[in-house]
Amino acid sequence: MAPIAAPDLITPGVEDVIADAKRHAGTGASEHSMVLNMGPQHPSTHGVLRVVLEIDGEAIVALAPDIGYLHTGIEKTCEAKFYQQVVPLTDRIDYLCPMTNNLAYCLAVEKLLELEIPERAQVLRVLLNELTRIQSHLVWLGTHAMDIGALTMFLYCWREREQLLRIFESVSGQRMMTSYFRVGGIAMEPPLEFAKWVQTFLDSFPSKIDEYEGLLTANPIWLGRVKGVGTLSKEEAIALGVTGPPARASGVDWDLRRDMPYCGYEKFKFDVPVMTEGDVWARYTVRMLEMRESVKICQQALDMLAGMKGPLVADAPKVVLPNREQMKTQMESLIHHFKIVTEGFAVPAGEVYQAVESPRGEMGYYVVSDGTAKPYRVHMRNPSFATLQALETMCKGRLLADVVAVIGSIDIVLGEIDR
Amino acid sequence: MATPAVKGLAAVQEAMAENAAVKALAGLATDAKFDRKELTITVAKENIVAACQAVQAAGYNFFEDVTAVDWYPQEPRFQLSYHIVSHSLKERVRLVVQLNSSDLALDSITQVWPSANFYEREVFDLFGVTFQGHPRLTRIMMPEDWQGHPLRKDYPVEGYR
Repeated sequence: MAPIAAPDLITPGVEDVIADAKRHAGTGASEHSMVLNMGPQHPSTHGVLRVVLEIDGEAIVALAPDIGYLHTGIEKTCEAKFYQQVVPLTDRIDYLCPMTNNLAYCLAVEKLLELEIPERAQVLRVLLNELTRIQSHLVWLGTHAMDIGALTMFLYCWREREQLLRIFESVSGQRMMTSYFRVGGIAMEPPLEFAKWVQTFLDSFPSKIDEYEGLLTANPIWLGRVKGVGTLSKEEAIALGVTGPPARASGVDWDLRRDMPYCGYEKFKFDVPVMTEGDVWARYTVRMLEMRESVKICQQALDMLAGMKGPLVADAPKVVLPNREQMKTQMESLIHHFKIVTEGFAVPAGEVYQAVESPRGEMGYYVVSDGTAKPYRVHMRNPSFATLQALETMCKGRLLADVVAVIGSIDIVLGEIDR
Repeated sequence: MATPAVKGLAAVQEAMAENAAVKALAGLATDAKFDRKELTITVAKENIVAACQAVQAAGYNFFEDVTAVDWYPQEPRFQLSYHIVSHSLKERVRLVVQLNSSDLALDSITQVWPSANFYEREVFDLFGVTFQGHPRLTRIMMPEDWQGHPLRKDYPVEGYR
């Protein structure tokens, strides 16, 4: 066996930092700066993010994120699966908002198939998506506050998140990797008690948000760590591809739910919170307000669902699996079931890009079909990937401790960055 | 329910004469289609920066995504798809560039939208397409010493054995 050669580059990220010739611009740094490695196993990088920092004392001179530690080739795997088999893979991209991923992918394939899904399924999708958004924001709030030192928040947020995870478990059988949406509708009926559980949550949650705000919003220690930290202007946010709450905190008034509605969002009434400060504080405020708006959307959806009857799947027997009873009593359903499971369903050739507003920003699925039962190409445009590009702009010239606050405030999920 | 697709440059220019992107790219487009309510405009690879500047001037202010599709073994082999959205018009346009496998290089659009930086690095890493003028074109997902480009169609799903 040939000897294993040592890799040429032991610390690739360091070159990234040093290669930036403009790194000293505007920082007043001199020649006695040093390079510091943060991650990939750092507790406040929210996963396996590695950041290479050049610091002058406590001030950040330059910064380079080094990603790819979680790269599992999901886009490549999708090409080897039937269309319906891709749904469970999408959960694993952004593991904090599985339903949003499911939705984006299903909408993309439904667009390719030009399939209309029943209104009841659309409303249920919206309801679950907004619950997912609250759940994801709770994880963000808990970990972000914990990074800055407010340890209590973590336990409070996890308490409410648990309620939501139980609701997800009741509908899909899984707490996190739900895979509940299907191309053409929804996998199965929610349990009978579903509406009651959601209502219980919606009734109690606004007072819980008040509780979080009571702990943080006027807390001078919290304000000291977040106000004026990690500023990003509106122009920078657009130039660097920042979407979602970080963009809205910088004054970019853009929300896909309102501006390019999908899945029947145009039927719901809600406000889009926008701030202009662009700092960690503004991102915190935008997300707290967003949670309140999500509660409003959930309540409207739940009220709509109460008066709705009918199937949760489209009338497309060649795409949607028949239910068990039909399958066991009708010859035709049995044939369709057999064909879908063994051969998949063919999707007309074409390409679509479907973007949805995930808790982190614009999540887009680009699906290319060549007319067979397997996608020719699936590409995910993930919000964290683009937002990470803005990390250096936000941190430059600030203190080392602020990097932790900024990483927490952009709410990255490494699973969707690396895919 | 289903809207029929409009295919071909002349047909799109006639059907969507008022569209800002169609107007802005009148001189640069080589092909176009309007399929499933999505507008796709093909431009030559040497015109990609000019095309991006033209749509940016027309109000398409936000760059969303660039990725590639490998049509191996057909030629032109690679299709690059740029997705650009306009916050004011609330419309999206897809710019497409076709690349022959003999010349896998085109200009980087990072000068127009700095946000293309990571996306172009990803396409370079996973497809082996080179972007000229990119500030730092290195692998982003795969290890630095990796051989091959995993998202190419001639790269097996389970890796080389």
